[in-house]
Amino acid sequence: MQEAEKLSRFEEAILPHLDAAYNLARWLVRNDHDAEDIVQEACYRGLKYFSTFRGENCRAWLLAIVRNTGYDWLKQKRPNDLVTISDEDPPTDSVERMDHLAIETSNPETLLIQHADQEMLKQALEALPAEFREVMILREIEEMSYKEISGVCDIPLGTVMSRLARGRKQLQQYLAKWNKQG
Amino acid sequence: MNDHVEQKRLHSYLDGELDLVRSLEIESHLQKCQDCSQEYRNLQALRSAIRSKLPYYSAPARLRERFDLMLEKAAKTEKPRARPVKSWPWLGVGVGASLAFALMIIWSLGTTLWRTPVENVLVGEVLSSHVRSLMANHLTDVVSSDLHTVKPWFNGRIDFSPTVKDLDTEGFPLVGGRLDYINNRPVAALVFRHRQHLINLFTWPTDRGKEEKVRRLSQEGYSVYHWTKAGMEYWVASDLNTEELQELVRLYRE
Repeated sequence: MQEAEKLSRFEEAILPHLDAAYNLARWLVRNDHDAEDIVQEACYRGLKYFSTFRGENCRAWLLAIVRNTGYDWLKQKRPNDLVTISDEDPPTDSVERMDHLAIETSNPETLLIQHADQEMLKQALEALPAEFREVMILREIEEMSYKEISGVCDIPLGTVMSRLARGRKQLQQYLAKWNKQG
Repeated sequence: MNDHVEQKRLHSYLDGELDLVRSLEIESHLQKCQDCSQEYRNLQALRSAIRSKLPYYSAPARLRERFDLMLEKAAKTEKPRARPVKSWPWLGVGVGASLAFALMIIWSLGTTLWRTPVENVLVGEVLSSHVRSLMANHLTDVVSSDLHTVKPWFNGRIDFSPTVKDLDTEGFPLVGGRLDYINNRPVAALVFRHRQHLINLFTWPTDRGKEEKVRRLSQEGYSVYHWTKAGMEYWVASDLNTEELQELVRLYRE
């Protein structure tokens, strides 16, 4: 491939997904300036490896690079943001089954979620561990399938599933807690 | 002993990741079980709150400038690549060239088995029109969510009258219309939005003899749908997920 052609193909492949890339980076590092740097760095890396890209799913390919770049940055600058979470399931099914139902599941909770304002939701999502936050963004905002998410985050399908379930549960708990305090 | 749905399975159900048999099992359980259906409603409420209220951070203009700058720099500094012969001294140019030729044949066979060559070209044209409309700040010529504004706008600009549907209540508000050029002729492009996803629908009078059913033709993370109906070509392109894009196609064909 000629260099000029490569560059224009790269531009055509990346530009439509620049918003998605920035949104993911922004949620990972939680500020504008660093998110910009990360996307820029990811684009450099992308250009370098573009010849190995087989042109199947450009958004997933770019987001995987953004995610890796973001994690490298976090490891270096804010290691505390990356708490290692255990992906192991509780030992038996019964523990995982509807255990929180016993605590509190009622109509008011649905109402509460419906009435949570933007700021509250944003803070709740930012409070999640990065590993949960990223799967939530990829699933709920980018609307990716489990398979795509598994590719972007380089984790097995089952882990995608359990991180989503646990992330959502934590969000609900944050919202419920804040509501009580408020 | 409780017989509630396993948590993870309820989430997979919410995400549309279960097969039909399991989905039906859960559906019928939710009708019977108050606890589980309440939990499911909570999950749905959480999803719709996230999708409607959470900020979406679009790439700032400065980042786009930095991206352009990076490409400009790369264009200046990149040297022409070394000939492959150098790194594969034991392979002659002839072997390399015939290998490339063989690969090309295999590749073209693979794609044309399920698409006609004309369609291949059209999918490419439809997709690049879609992408260009997002990139070049030229999404619409007429901006309106009102089909009674958009439809007459095409009068006198093209030699046919496109079907414009109002799908606002179904979650696909009309953004506007645009004149585009595909298949060597002016065509009508209608733009719909679904959350932050944009959908281009291209239509023009068909020259195919018989009606073609809906087919999905995908490429590089986008979905393209095609069908013909009542003498018109319809092409839909978007990065929206299959499920919801299919819904738009279904509504449009009604």
